[in-house]
Amino acid sequence: MAIRDLTTSQARRPFQRRRKTCPFSGENAPKIDYKDVRLLSRYVSERGKIVPSRITAVSAKKQRELAQAIKRARFIGLMPFAVQ
Amino acid sequence: MALYEHIFLARQDVSQQQVEDLTAQLTEVLAQGGGKVTKNEYWGLKSLSYRIRKNRKAHYSLLNIDAPAAAVAEMERQMRINEDVLRFMTVRVDELEEGPSAMMQKRDRDDRDGRSDRGGFGDRRPPRRA
Repeated sequence: MAIRDLTTSQARRPFQRRRKTCPFSGENAPKIDYKDVRLLSRYVSERGKIVPSRITAVSAKKQRELAQAIKRARFIGLMPFAVQ
Repeated sequence: MALYEHIFLARQDVSQQQVEDLTAQLTEVLAQGGGKVTKNEYWGLKSLSYRIRKNRKAHYSLLNIDAPAAAVAEMERQMRINEDVLRFMTVRVDELEEGPSAMMQKRDRDDRDGRSDRGGFGDRRPPRRA
């Protein structure tokens, strides 16, 4: 608790960063599907790596599902393993 | 019986007719094992993200299957033997999708989807620590 107080007081942000919520939770969220390359491609970097959930704000449960879907899409050649 | 999605990639040099024959053959194998194919989608000749057995393109087909495990195992065995098949993947699913899959709907979604829910690169940076 003390640590948290310290960090908030030290970080004098000019504006409040809104906490992002998981894009796959809540109503009418998209279904994670390994065939949906358009959706999955938003969660990989330019190099083709899976983007960590701390950046995309995907929940841990959905991130596991997402990682599985991306790996399947890679296996069937829909997505690259690595981009040179 | 269990539900599966099966995707296979056929060599780029084969014709669409041959791919359809192969699909029919697989359906037959499954039927003999007591299963059935509930949906059959041909995605066409698509380019691969990386080369698979020196192919840059492949014919993609998707089958939705409702069959016992033994029938699926037999079908997979035959896929491995067939040299026209570059790769296949069978995924066990809880329920089969109705209607066209994400791959087939893509064209009509293109205009509407845009880039709304994750705004470009600026947003992807982790919060800065002071």
